[in-house]
Amino acid sequence: MAHAESTAGAPAILDEVKPAVLPRAPMVGNNRNFHWITEKICGIVEDKTPAWWWVCFAVACFIACFTVAGLIYVVATGVGVWGHRTPVNWSWPIVNFVFWIGIGHAGTLISAILCLLRQKWRTSINRAAEAMTIFAVVCAGIFPVFHVGRVWYAWFLFPLPNYNYIWPQFRSPLEWDVFAVSTYGTVSVLFWYVGMIPDLATLRDRFAAAGRITRAKIYGLFAMGWRGSARAWSNYEMAYLILAGISTPLVLSVHTIVSFDFAVSLIPGWHTTIFPPYFVAGAIFSGFGMVLTLMLPLRAIFHLEDLVTQYHIDCMCKITLATGTIVGYAYAMEFFIAWYSANPFEGFTFINRAFGPYAWAYWIMISCNVITPQFFWFKGVRNNTTFVWILSLFVNVGMWFERFVIICTSLTRDFLPSSWGYLSPTVVDIFLFFGTFGVFSVLFLLFIRFLPLMAMAEIKAVTPQADPHHGHDLHETDPINLGT
Amino acid sequence: MAAQPYGLIAAFATPADLFQAAEKVRDAGYRNWDCITPLPIHGLDRAMGLRRSIVPRISLSGGITGFCTGMSMIWYMNGFDYKLTVGGKPLFSPLFAFPVSYELTILFTAFATIGGMFFVNGLTKLYHPVLKYDHIRRGLDDLFFIVIETADPRYDAAASRALLAQVGGQHITELEA
Repeated sequence: MAHAESTAGAPAILDEVKPAVLPRAPMVGNNRNFHWITEKICGIVEDKTPAWWWVCFAVACFIACFTVAGLIYVVATGVGVWGHRTPVNWSWPIVNFVFWIGIGHAGTLISAILCLLRQKWRTSINRAAEAMTIFAVVCAGIFPVFHVGRVWYAWFLFPLPNYNYIWPQFRSPLEWDVFAVSTYGTVSVLFWYVGMIPDLATLRDRFAAAGRITRAKIYGLFAMGWRGSARAWSNYEMAYLILAGISTPLVLSVHTIVSFDFAVSLIPGWHTTIFPPYFVAGAIFSGFGMVLTLMLPLRAIFHLEDLVTQYHIDCMCKITLATGTIVGYAYAMEFFIAWYSANPFEGFTFINRAFGPYAWAYWIMISCNVITPQFFWFKGVRNNTTFVWILSLFVNVGMWFERFVIICTSLTRDFLPSSWGYLSPTVVDIFLFFGTFGVFSVLFLLFIRFLPLMAMAEIKAVTPQADPHHGHDLHETDPINLGT
Repeated sequence: MAAQPYGLIAAFATPADLFQAAEKVRDAGYRNWDCITPLPIHGLDRAMGLRRSIVPRISLSGGITGFCTGMSMIWYMNGFDYKLTVGGKPLFSPLFAFPVSYELTILFTAFATIGGMFFVNGLTKLYHPVLKYDHIRRGLDDLFFIVIETADPRYDAAASRALLAQVGGQHITELEA
């Protein structure tokens, strides 16, 4: 109507002009209906545990034992069993902490920022990505807690009354980090859980109908009595939007504060203002690398091609490309500022990164983080799932090396050449880090076995038939068969 | 059946059918009625004549509480209870207290939002008469329902049933209380 009124005085031809119909990529392939989506996703939880799951679970448990063994040895002996020596007093544990916490960021980006930006393609990957976030934060949390040295005093990090009558020092970015990471972990769990309530209710009802009462009761307990009431949906949608709204500044602040751990110090190579945006971009880059690493095999195993379509993979590859390019720009800009600042210590640090004893690590970082994502410019590459998966592994490797380069190269060259050093990890360092992949995999495998892998209700909501004005004109209702 | 039934339930096949039916039930002046949908339907709250959710107000109060908690906690701990002098800097400044207060703002907002949503929705309710309906699980799968409660002042067994049939509802069933 508004259109007709606005063109009332215009030449008649304008009424004939129709806006171009731009085809939108369907979010669900093959025009699947609601019931198919329910069956597909619930089926993953309801079917018999596949053999491959048990094999992967056994391997993951075995790998996780490396972390357990490493931690027992560290606690029983002392942190001296780690490889770091003065001047390198932060090494592998902090590298691993930043690596894992960064991986988590893609989950929150997908669930929160893409929700605010109304990117509908997030719906089929957000659940798994949020699970990834939580499990990555679990892995990340291990390191700083044990890095305090005497882990039984780790609760001193929190402002709890203690027998020394002292409180934490709130000027320290390390204390900010305690709050940032614990808030991040908590809010991520809440967001994940709230998103899951409608799907848990679906599983509850299906298990009850199938006569599996114990399972129905457990899912029912967590479903909180959800029954799909539109009055409840109205509040739920509002709550979900607010959670997305507050998770967005949260995710940006968490890696900003992690970068403050370095940027607020006076170490050349750390003391730079580019760190917060650079760390956030790097975190999202590494996180999307991990999302691709996890989702592509799941898509193939569970035949989810209609839910994670080529369009979804394209989107993820493009974000990886964009953030990877931002990271590459940040590497270049760090060099430029090191030269432009005319600070000899800063300049030396960067020359030393690229050509010093850790040049190998630096060039691994550059090739994995700057060169790898550039392949995603090409449609042919994005369409080749195997190749995308291999590239995503390189992204993961590169981002671990980025943190290693930042932390270790800056510390090994102290201001006085007499205190220069070189860091080599010990077997305990390697055990601890290697094992966290097992911890992560154990948690992720349990997730795909027991919880709905994708947000069914949200996927249904982005299908064309969910639009209340869909098929409005050709209105004819088929009789409903309620079954038995 | 001796007891008063809980209400009437009618099934709809598509979101479009439910949407149009909901508008008509709203226009008929019912108050105690609800839709059951497996997915959030865009605009259905308006079609049902629901008011804007009050969850944002609860969230805001949570956020303000969080920020004030952070600032006052840091002032109390580092500037009052145990005066901690570091580098000759002031004992308290909102600048260094900001990052922690910011995180606590978000943390408290999240708890208030979720707690508020549960409270407003009356959740952690493990039983509801609607759940007794034999086919209710289809309402979390692929079907859409409208429930009119007997508690509604306009409820009339015959007239309400006729209305549900007229707006296209199928399998209209009486729900036990």
